[in-house]
Amino acid sequence: MNNNNHLLRNLTVIISILFIMRLFYLQLIDKRYEQLSNNNAVKIKYDYPDRGYIFDRNNVLLVANQVSFDIMVIPGEVKTLDTLEFCNLTHITKETFINQIAKATIYSPRLPSVFLKQLSKEDFGALQEVLHKFSGFYIQRRILRNYPIKSAANVLGYISEINEDQLTRYPYYQQGELMGTSGIEYQYEKELRGIKGIQYIQHNRFNKAIGSYRNGAIDRKAIPGKDLVLTIDTELQQYAELLMQHKRGGIIAIEPSSGEILAMVTAPSYDPNILVGRERSKNFTGLYLDSINRPLFDRGLLAQYPPGSTFKLANALIGLQEKVITTETTFLCIHGYRYGKNKDAFMKCHCGVVNTPINLNLGIYRSCNSYFASVYRRVIEKYPTPTQGLDTWYNHLISLGFGNYLGSDLPIGKRGNIPNSDYYNKVYPSKNWRATTIISNAIGQGEVLSTPIQLANFTALIANRGYYFIPHIIKQIKDTIINKEFNIPHYSTIDKQNFEPIIQGMFDVFEKDGTARFSKLSDITICGKTGTAENFKRIHGKKYQFEDHSIFVAFAPKDHPKIAIAIFIENGGFGANLAAPMATLLIEKYLKRKSDRPALEQTIIDKDLTPLYQRQQLIEQQIAPKK
Amino acid sequence: MRQRNSNIFKGLDWPLVVFYFLLVSLGWFSIYSASMNETHFEILDFSVKYGTQLLWILMSLILIIFTLFLDAKFYERFASLIYAFSILSLLGLFVFGKTISGATSWYVFSGASLQPSEFAKVATALALAKLLSDKNYNLKLVKNQIKAFFIIILPALIIIPQPDPGSALVFFSLIFVLYHEGLPKFFIGLGISIITLFFLALLINKLLLVAILTILTLLFYFIYKSKKTSLSSFLILLIVAVSYVYTVDYVFNHVFEQRHRDRINIIIGKVTDFQGIGYNTHQSEIAIGSGRFLGKGYLQGTQTQGNFVPQQHTDYIFSIVGEEFGFVGSTLVVLFFMGFILRILYVANRQKIKFSRVYGYSIATLFLIHFTINIGMVLGMIPTIGIPLPFFSYGGSSLWGFTLMLFIFIRLDANKFYEW
Repeated sequence: MNNNNHLLRNLTVIISILFIMRLFYLQLIDKRYEQLSNNNAVKIKYDYPDRGYIFDRNNVLLVANQVSFDIMVIPGEVKTLDTLEFCNLTHITKETFINQIAKATIYSPRLPSVFLKQLSKEDFGALQEVLHKFSGFYIQRRILRNYPIKSAANVLGYISEINEDQLTRYPYYQQGELMGTSGIEYQYEKELRGIKGIQYIQHNRFNKAIGSYRNGAIDRKAIPGKDLVLTIDTELQQYAELLMQHKRGGIIAIEPSSGEILAMVTAPSYDPNILVGRERSKNFTGLYLDSINRPLFDRGLLAQYPPGSTFKLANALIGLQEKVITTETTFLCIHGYRYGKNKDAFMKCHCGVVNTPINLNLGIYRSCNSYFASVYRRVIEKYPTPTQGLDTWYNHLISLGFGNYLGSDLPIGKRGNIPNSDYYNKVYPSKNWRATTIISNAIGQGEVLSTPIQLANFTALIANRGYYFIPHIIKQIKDTIINKEFNIPHYSTIDKQNFEPIIQGMFDVFEKDGTARFSKLSDITICGKTGTAENFKRIHGKKYQFEDHSIFVAFAPKDHPKIAIAIFIENGGFGANLAAPMATLLIEKYLKRKSDRPALEQTIIDKDLTPLYQRQQLIEQQIAPKK
Repeated sequence: MRQRNSNIFKGLDWPLVVFYFLLVSLGWFSIYSASMNETHFEILDFSVKYGTQLLWILMSLILIIFTLFLDAKFYERFASLIYAFSILSLLGLFVFGKTISGATSWYVFSGASLQPSEFAKVATALALAKLLSDKNYNLKLVKNQIKAFFIIILPALIIIPQPDPGSALVFFSLIFVLYHEGLPKFFIGLGISIITLFFLALLINKLLLVAILTILTLLFYFIYKSKKTSLSSFLILLIVAVSYVYTVDYVFNHVFEQRHRDRINIIIGKVTDFQGIGYNTHQSEIAIGSGRFLGKGYLQGTQTQGNFVPQQHTDYIFSIVGEEFGFVGSTLVVLFFMGFILRILYVANRQKIKFSRVYGYSIATLFLIHFTINIGMVLGMIPTIGIPLPFFSYGGSSLWGFTLMLFIFIRLDANKFYEW
């Protein structure tokens, strides 16, 4: 024991004295709270500012506000009242009245809870004057959303009442307040909501407001939310949603020179207005429980599909970069590619070019599996071990924007999957896998998975001849600087000169005898690539084959590109059938602001794939019934 | 043996026992006021908070009997085991714990929930006492210092990521006990440096800070160059400081939640409080201030403005005392706590056995830190740090934790008439 003997004792005394002094100040000196002691109730009134409006890149209004009124209740202040009169005024049953009071009391007898949401205009008018008769009830003005353009639900998101957990995490909010829950509303909640104002209002014994407490000295003024300008082009977005009706899939369109997302479509979707107002909860449940269509599942961002033949472009770039091929290297295709001695070790190919040596250009525009299987194999086998080969391949792909999050300002996303040596070492514990074991990756099947936004980003990268900007959806926030990250070009590991042959091949997909030759446009130079991804499900060890998925990536014009697009249509068949013409329609719409091919347009709009989806689902249910 | 038990009641320090029941009762009355309403006022109503609190108080009586019944030596013997068990229970939260109100701090089973961090406080006090009471345990030796710090810091480190930095803070107060038992004064300087560096790491650009630290290190090296200290030891110090800076940054941005960041940012002035983070405190001040001299009267505080104090039955419970009993009542409660803590110190001082004495200081420190931070926060003198007010704040785990803390000490003290 030593000189610190009295430290704790002295600290205790000092701290207690300090507290008593502070109490003295708060309770006896500071006049701020003086009037509170006269049993005059001071109530807090919140003033919710206008939530920020949301516009598209051309200042078309996408999300606006509408005012709504809730009835709030503080159970501890409710005195005996004429329940009949109250229920008549509010058009609720006595049961509802009792239930709501009970709910509010459980939450807190002293804090306000929402008693009745979103009064109709008539009810509001009638109640406003007489509500003061009913002690403990008051009307709270709120801001709800309104969507003049009935599309882009997945982009915009929605707002909903805050839940218990969020109430603790974010002390700013009160019970009953609305908060962005998905999409832009969620991502930019802070900017959009502004800061609510607080008013302290004095009430007399009869619960009538008699004025501002202390003349508003401790009130806080509301600060309105900031308006947002998105990168979305509404005309394109709406058009894409129209083309995608009765189909499922995702479309992402990006402006390559900036990474701005021009359209982000998931199908099927819904009218954002159904998630506003009294019906919101019910409608949301309907959407949420629709496990067949899954309208809340944003396919453009979250669906991980095998990219199919579009992936060949990546393999081509890697092949050139690794110098295992040149533009003049040729391979033969024998309606397929044999990769092993086994009878089944044969990869089929439908390019139709037999007995002619196929070079890079032809390989791309005829989408020859054999060509790319060969290139892929050469890349991997260039290195002493498959591990080194595959990991080199893997690193190229990561730099091309695959296999990982892109870092965009969208609140959701998936990584996709690019396998590397670690991955296969887990799958094949004996570690004796080689290029031929994993040959399906060459044509975008196998273990490769990507999301439509990754594909669109990759297409933008090609359009730029070697780099991309992080895809983002926010163009401008009033009075704020946007994340500078979006202005930085991300270069891939592929040299610039290797892109031209690929681009030429993509151009020839339309020009020459390519896979999309029937979708060619006379006045726009489009570069694209068809993709067809196998759609099969392995159930109880057996492989069940369904219609292929239809994929297409494209950018236009060939020089000084303005738009890069990736389309994925579930069960759409050959890429050339559905996805390619759709891509050309969208590009045409964006670049020319009109469509010159009404017949084609109508065909695409009318194409109804629902029977195919139902059939697939039926078969899946029969084989592996979900409980 | 039989004689000893019946004499236990002679040996109990009655002032402490009286303080305990006094504080627990006052606490319960406050909770009654905070949670009762027109429809619920029966005392034994378990659907309301004051009802459950009463249940816990009754159960803690059982806990007291149990604690007093055990042999005093039990606590010393099993201190390490109890500590180890409590560390395990904290670690177990990461696997089995439930998240309530944003923190994974709870075990929940058949309707009851338990917060192991409250019990970890007792366990750590015991373990610390055990460590320091070893014969000739010299806190001037580095290896002993490390052991002592380790015991204190380990539970804190496990608690921070729940996230619950408030509770973790409590453990650091035990460093006071170390000073008392002979920790060299150098550590005061070290403690201040750590806290300063914490705030600097949040205020200044990291690279700039690293540059400043490097220059300072070199400066100190040249000034204090001697045979004993080599450049490498200064460099090691520099590396430690820099890693600390980056760790602070990481923990602040990735472990702390937004509400923690907001609160800290407000103290250090980085952010002006437009968000209403200080809202709770403001409401609490209004409630207390409105109590004036005599208060509004028991149960009368509910009808007015004051009912907007959030968390009033837990962290802000003292605001009810302030509002309903005014300056007179609040000062009395403050004095009661003061008296309580001073009594613990007095009793600790007269302990002949080092284990009991160190344990006594430890719990006095723990009670003091809870008292200081909670009431300081409610009065708006320090930022919002969610720590319970002992015996007042609603909650079974904290009530039992503090009850155990106190009565183990009372038990140890009761042995004063017998040699071990």
